[in-house]
Amino acid sequence: MSENSESKPYINFLQAESKHKGIFKWILSTDHKRIGIMYMTGMMAFLLVGITLGFLMKLEMLTPGKTIMDAQTYNAFFTLHGVIMIFLFIIPGLPAVFGNFMLPLQIGARDVAFPRLNLLSWWLYVVGGIFAIASLFLQGGPIDTGWTFYVPYSLRTGTNVSLPLFAAFILGFSSILTGINFVTTVHRLRAPGMTFFKMPLFVWAIYSTAWIQVIATPVVGITIILVIVERAFSLGIFDPALGGDPLLFQHLFWIYSHPAVYIMILPAMGAVSEIIPTFAKRTIFGYKAIAFSSLAIAFIGYFVWAHHMFTTGISDTSRFIFSLLTFLVAIPSGVKVFNWVATLYKGSITPGAPLLFVMMFIFLFSIGGLTGLVLGSLATNVHVHDTYFVVAHFHYVMFGGTVMIFFAALHYWLPKMFGRMYNEKVAKWSIALIFIGFNMLYFTMFILGYEGQPRRYWDYLPQFQTLQIISTVGSWILISGILLMFGNLHRSIKRGAKAEANPWGGKTLEWTIPSPPPVHNFDEIPVITHGPYNYGEEEAK
Amino acid sequence: MANEHSEKNHSVGYGTYVLIWLVLVGLTVTTVSISGINLGNIALAVALLIAAVKSAFVINIFMHIKFEEKIFKVFIAIALMTLLSVFVLTAFDVFFR
Amino acid sequence: MSDTVIKNHTENLHEEHVHRDDTGAKMGMWLFLFTELLLFGGLFLLYMAYRLQYYHEFHIAARELNVGIGTFNTIILLTSSMTMALSIAAMQRSRKGLSLFLLASTKILALGFLVNKYFEWSAKFEHGFFPGSDVLIDKPRGEYLFYGMYYAMTGLHALHVIAGMTILVFMFVFITRNSITPTNYVKLENSGLYWHLVDLIWIFLFPLFYLMR
Repeated sequence: MSENSESKPYINFLQAESKHKGIFKWILSTDHKRIGIMYMTGMMAFLLVGITLGFLMKLEMLTPGKTIMDAQTYNAFFTLHGVIMIFLFIIPGLPAVFGNFMLPLQIGARDVAFPRLNLLSWWLYVVGGIFAIASLFLQGGPIDTGWTFYVPYSLRTGTNVSLPLFAAFILGFSSILTGINFVTTVHRLRAPGMTFFKMPLFVWAIYSTAWIQVIATPVVGITIILVIVERAFSLGIFDPALGGDPLLFQHLFWIYSHPAVYIMILPAMGAVSEIIPTFAKRTIFGYKAIAFSSLAIAFIGYFVWAHHMFTTGISDTSRFIFSLLTFLVAIPSGVKVFNWVATLYKGSITPGAPLLFVMMFIFLFSIGGLTGLVLGSLATNVHVHDTYFVVAHFHYVMFGGTVMIFFAALHYWLPKMFGRMYNEKVAKWSIALIFIGFNMLYFTMFILGYEGQPRRYWDYLPQFQTLQIISTVGSWILISGILLMFGNLHRSIKRGAKAEANPWGGKTLEWTIPSPPPVHNFDEIPVITHGPYNYGEEEAK
Repeated sequence: MANEHSEKNHSVGYGTYVLIWLVLVGLTVTTVSISGINLGNIALAVALLIAAVKSAFVINIFMHIKFEEKIFKVFIAIALMTLLSVFVLTAFDVFFR
Repeated sequence: MSDTVIKNHTENLHEEHVHRDDTGAKMGMWLFLFTELLLFGGLFLLYMAYRLQYYHEFHIAARELNVGIGTFNTIILLTSSMTMALSIAAMQRSRKGLSLFLLASTKILALGFLVNKYFEWSAKFEHGFFPGSDVLIDKPRGEYLFYGMYYAMTGLHALHVIAGMTILVFMFVFITRNSITPTNYVKLENSGLYWHLVDLIWIFLFPLFYLMR
């Protein structure tokens, strides 16, 4: 199909007309591919806002005391940086963009199970985003509680708490609807012959993620509603002055928010499992192990939440149990890493930009994962709790993990989504800058945290300044790398070389159709007879 | 397709629903009467057990789960086990604090 | 099943899909019900923790609730669940009029539940048993919390009753306009599932609040 797709007069989904005109062709479209791209557009905008806030925070840290902003502004900034990055960028993250775009393609379907619900999810995402941003400009001022909204401070502060909380609730609802959609899609719309064990691993990851979205998100929904109601009517449920227990807020909050980190990382791991076989030209090593480890991470990850609360005064019994469960998550994560590395072994590797991002991911994520063990042990946790060590750890895991793979996926699937190639040389330069900047910015934070710099502080002791300066300079290098990358991608979408249907030699179904895909994806629904990563070795047998 | 659909859908008779309703009302009366007796510590357990039995009737008959595909039962098991595990794990904190 | 889906697909290459998958629709609804379950689950979790912490205060505070109204409301909801199930059964047997009648009965029973709830809450308010009231502030913290939990949980449940009623109104219109028919009634089934969930939640709320004597 790929050879003659250029010669045919062919309408792809980007050009297709519908009954709507102008921008409504997009914002009222139920096409999963367009919705994916709309999510991408929104998320890129919020990512840039988040990056700007992070940049300004690091600039403030250049000198002790006031550099460019006062303490209250700094409080608002770290809260907004967290809220925007987490709720508006990284939680919708890969599922909303690449899940939407690629999941139906990879299972040989024409759309998701509930296309209109899918559009509603996007609209809720937009409304939630607008509420979050609007809360900044309303009376009371921007929220200053930190993205965790801990009570009792979030009950007492005079800043705008209820509106951003409501925004988070709406965003959660959007996430739930996406999850419902994807679980049903995987169960009901797989192409004939595609059994669960013939699904691509990205689909497995999205499926596991969708379950967490469905089962975990409502818990934070009710928690958020209770805080809003508590602020209005003093039910007393979270208010210690009225008999409530703030620790229960933390329990409920983390019952969602810990599984939420697996909502963030699992789809990224799925994308890694796509990119590695394609760029190593080898069947993935340990397909079932990777598939089951996704489910295992989703499952165990649900039951480790209280490791965020080791120093808050929860019972010793629960500290012991949650520490144990936390260590268990390392097992399926390790299974994945070893299988990826084993896939690369003796492969015929093409070091394209997506693969370089993946290598960077494995390096950064391993550091993030191993320092996670430091935090998961009760004794060492006490020393580094709520310090920069934690900040460094989750940036290594979330940024070094999820966001790097988000970038990798942008490069990997860009030819499919837009039918254009990016500039490989510029991509590699941006990767180098990102790698150097990232490690300067965040590795210094491990040291700072270990030496006792608490997180979320506006001021610091003069002895920390050298490391703070290295870290701030790192942020500049990192941001230049990211901007270079975005510039490259943007230019590619506009003017890049035309991409073939299958530029990487991928074996999953999305590569069997033209780039960009037609509106209805498949002229004929394929019948699946073999596994997803069918490279030479198996044919040779 | 429509025919195929209604054929495979098991339809329950009116009588069954009325019967289940009678059982549910009966169980409600029972649980109210029992609550008048001082059962001490097991009172809550008894009340929850009766509520669970009532739920089982509602889910299986009113909500048709008895007649649905197996995957629906697996789903419900996943959701309930998750909820139960969350309760148990939180109890490890609040019981032993 | 999948064969039919594909056939429908190839006939309809445009983005407006008309393919029908009743099992898929019900699956989606069940997944949504799980989110509702977990939403209330958070509240039940809080209830468990506070009942444990304030055992005696909860028992004292619960004596103020009226077991009679609670029992009556339980029976109303159970009956409405039955009429809902019967309405679907009538639709399956092509008895549209009966189905509409039963659906209307469900709504009237739901309304009855809310009216009862209204009188129950107003009586509490008159006696000053509401969050932040002077009466409650002077009570021990456990009793204050009992009412916090009571209003949060029954209030959220009442909101679900209202949402359920709204959905049922739509279903009523759909039936009269023949967009729900004896061969295509999955919308009605899904509304029924939602309504039964509202009933299920109440089955647990009732003993936890009213039957603690």
